[in-house]
Amino acid sequence: MIVHSIFFYIFSIIAIFSAIMVTVSRNTVHSVFFLILDFISISCLFIMIGAEFIGMIMLIVYVGAVAVLFLFVVMMLNVSQQKNEWLSGEKNSNHIPIGLLISALIFFELIIVAGGWKYKPELLGSFNSMGIDLTTTNTHQIGNVLYTDYIHLFQLSGMILLVAMVGAIVLTFRKREGIKRQGYFRQISRERKDGVELIDVKSKKGVKIDV
Amino acid sequence: MLENLNILFNEVYKILLLLIPVLVSVAMIVWLDRRVWAFVQKRRGPNVVGPFGLFQSLADALKYIFKEIIIPASSNKIIFILAPIVTMTLALVSWAVIPFSETYVLADINVGILYLFAVSSLGVYGIIMGGWASNSKYPFLGAIRSAAQMVSYEVSIGVIIINVLLCVGSLNLKDIVLAQQDLWFIIPLFPMFVIFFISALAETNRPPFDLPEAEAELVAGYQTEYSGMMYAMFWLGEYANILLMCSMGSILFLGGWLSPINIYPFTLVPAPLWLIFKILLLFILFSLVKAIVPRYRYDQLMKLGWKIFLPFSLIWLILTSSYLFYFNLLPVN
Repeated sequence: MIVHSIFFYIFSIIAIFSAIMVTVSRNTVHSVFFLILDFISISCLFIMIGAEFIGMIMLIVYVGAVAVLFLFVVMMLNVSQQKNEWLSGEKNSNHIPIGLLISALIFFELIIVAGGWKYKPELLGSFNSMGIDLTTTNTHQIGNVLYTDYIHLFQLSGMILLVAMVGAIVLTFRKREGIKRQGYFRQISRERKDGVELIDVKSKKGVKIDV
Repeated sequence: MLENLNILFNEVYKILLLLIPVLVSVAMIVWLDRRVWAFVQKRRGPNVVGPFGLFQSLADALKYIFKEIIIPASSNKIIFILAPIVTMTLALVSWAVIPFSETYVLADINVGILYLFAVSSLGVYGIIMGGWASNSKYPFLGAIRSAAQMVSYEVSIGVIIINVLLCVGSLNLKDIVLAQQDLWFIIPLFPMFVIFFISALAETNRPPFDLPEAEAELVAGYQTEYSGMMYAMFWLGEYANILLMCSMGSILFLGGWLSPINIYPFTLVPAPLWLIFKILLLFILFSLVKAIVPRYRYDQLMKLGWKIFLPFSLIWLILTSSYLFYFNLLPVN
């Protein structure tokens, strides 16, 4: 048990430290790397409480795909040398009060949830009535809940993601003129008679070649 | 306290027992790769150092260790040094869940295949970090190419894994192997095996998909600025990843440690040897492909991943699930 808590504190300290570094580091690429470190330590925490499926999905989705796209955009846009206004001490930034307000709100919400859990233990009991038994793996449990009771919500969220994806493609898609594309089918189905024409050239008259 | 130490030493001993053979076999596999490549091209390949040139990779490793590590002045030093370490660590860390037989497995976790998938999707960071931190044009272009390539081909690998999981009903690698006792998944899912093999080539940046390090265009891609031991670490990580992909393929489709026929002379061979034999078979296929196939163009690579492999594996997923559903073969417990 003591080893467990040592590991918990290591991971949570890394998580909090890297979350702070995401906001204060001067180099945007460093921020993204700290974000990745944060995701990884959070997924380690998930695995430690026994939610290994969520931990792995967190790694695959956030670290393996989302953060790669962040990194991609940050590198391509070359915004890495952007100055951090808080550190350079400029007065004209008004993000800080709003940010503080939002983080205070989230903090109090978390306190209310955790407090409810602590002082009303029967809240925990209501989870057992949902038919989750602890003998199967949590992948099975999530599947059982997600694909039976909440199948409509699950499919609806999938549709929303699909609509967002199609919308993003439609908004950025431009049909450009004069682009030469390779068509595999056209290329393979081309025959000799499409490309070669034999002409009998008359002497001293030549032949007119039109393209 | 003493008991805890004992457990700790026991674990360290087990990890070393796995890690050292993996590292040695990575060195041997480089020799095999060059040898196969040479034989296809009617050359001899490395044959001077040791019997059949077996110690060539060890000699190369010694050379790399004694070379000076050059760190470019304008590079981002911390990330520059971190990149090869990340690559190699991620390549080795995933070996923890590979089951060599029913009992020889370091970590028998419930989400084994997801763990493998997650770690292999993290592999792109070593390349991006190396390419960005070098602060030079060729490595940067190589890193960007590789990021796009690995993210695209992971999608189809994920769908292929789902295909296999539908037939198994568990994410545990041991269960996946044991589900193939009667029939290896290569027989019902043969098209998926082919796509998995090609996607694995793309995922590990092997020819014909080695655009991140295409020497004709990008010098050496993301590794251009690396030298000495740091280059060797990239190289070790790359080959460990290739071996890992081979073992993933043999666990998902070729029945892992199971012998092809369960009768007398075959059952004498210990189970881990079967897995190693299958990994070697897949690896020889990998190096044959390297020798005989020309490099893809970049737009063709992207087209292949998104417009051919992804729709095809999705259609096959629908086919598999409807077949299993119709004949009531779904592994529901």
